[in-house]
Amino acid sequence: MAGEEHSEGGLAFHPLQQFEVHPLFRHYDPATCVPANGITEGCIKWYEITNVTLWMALALLVIVAVFAIGSRGRAIIPTRIQSIGEMAYGFVYKMVEDVAGHDGAKYFPLIMSLFLFILSANMLGLLPGSFTPTSHIAVTAVLGFGFFIFVTLLGFFKHGVHFLGLFWMKDAPLILRPIIAVIEVISYFVRPVSHSIRLAGNVMAGHAVMKVFAAFAPLILISTIGVVVTPVSILAITAIYALEVLVAFIQAYVFTILACVYLKDALHPGH
Amino acid sequence: MATETTAQDVAQGAHEVAKAGMPQLDFSTFPNQIFWLLVTLVLIYLVLSRIALPRIGATLAERKGTITNDLAAAEELKQKAVSAEKAYNDALVRARAEAAKIVAEAKAEIQKDVAAATAKAEVEIAAKTAESEKHIAEIRAGAMDAVTEVARDTAKELVAALGGKADAKSVTEAVTAALKG
Repeated sequence: MAGEEHSEGGLAFHPLQQFEVHPLFRHYDPATCVPANGITEGCIKWYEITNVTLWMALALLVIVAVFAIGSRGRAIIPTRIQSIGEMAYGFVYKMVEDVAGHDGAKYFPLIMSLFLFILSANMLGLLPGSFTPTSHIAVTAVLGFGFFIFVTLLGFFKHGVHFLGLFWMKDAPLILRPIIAVIEVISYFVRPVSHSIRLAGNVMAGHAVMKVFAAFAPLILISTIGVVVTPVSILAITAIYALEVLVAFIQAYVFTILACVYLKDALHPGH
Repeated sequence: MATETTAQDVAQGAHEVAKAGMPQLDFSTFPNQIFWLLVTLVLIYLVLSRIALPRIGATLAERKGTITNDLAAAEELKQKAVSAEKAYNDALVRARAEAAKIVAEAKAEIQKDVAAATAKAEVEIAAKTAESEKHIAEIRAGAMDAVTEVARDTAKELVAALGGKADAKSVTEAVTAALKG
């Protein structure tokens, strides 16, 4: 890393440093954690308090503040925070009901939890110097595969073998049906992969791009070409930041609406 | 020995590359992330499903109910206002009719009074006229007598003045005849 800095003429390019997981209450030396060599004594333990813990806890706090504390007044004429909570409630409830149907409303708290966790983690991740849990494939994969396993079990539990009707297109020509079934099965198992990589990929890419532009911003201190590069990179950071705010919401929305679609397939497997 | 070291170096090098590359692929952090993710998700789910969502749902339902009730109440009040306006208009029409009736009655009464008074006045006027006529006749009669007397006296005096002897009776007859004349 140090060599990299010198080769770039004093500019610090660490676009991926923001994604590093480290313990909050001890010094972490990467040399003491090389599992490939059997060195694990310095590794992060599963129960250790890390920046992941901190930023997930902040997401939880935001949700508690807006949805539990904000709704405490139960006012007929809502306060501002109460209004935000009610709008989010209405937004997600309508989505669940529209996509997954009336019996999908039973799973509304689950979908709402997913949506709010992703949304608040994404939004908090846009604060300078923050850590974004949803940029990690470990997190999004647990969300994606966890939900995938949930809806698959739910489908078999509700419909038994009939759940497999999801893969058997009754309105397709008989000869094509087995081929379509194979494709359907493959696409079904690809779902959790795309579901989780889409989220982590979008969030990570945006944050990394912003960091790259940020690294160019101090060029004016080093070289005369910075007179051009610095304003351009600052403008670019601003633009990318605005885009990232949009992406933070849209990715939460996309994840949630796909979750609703998968839930619908589990509840109503007939095509 | 040498090969072992080389293998180790290669492994180490590969790991360093991974470390320098994507922290997302640093599997040593996975248990930690997954553990805290599950803790956070369970807590969020509990907070939402036990506290926040039922409360927000109840508030929304209550608001919907209140709005529906208020709209119904407004509709009812509007109906009341309409019926009150109708009652007012009816009362106004009735009052107008009543007033017109009273005016007509009063007019008739006044007319009657006026007629009665006029009749009375006419009777009185007629009486007065008759009396006056009688009086005038009396005065006229009185005046005729006086004229006769004056004429007689004058005639008598004239006769006397002319040197004649006036017989009262013939003078009187002559004057009367002249007066009738």
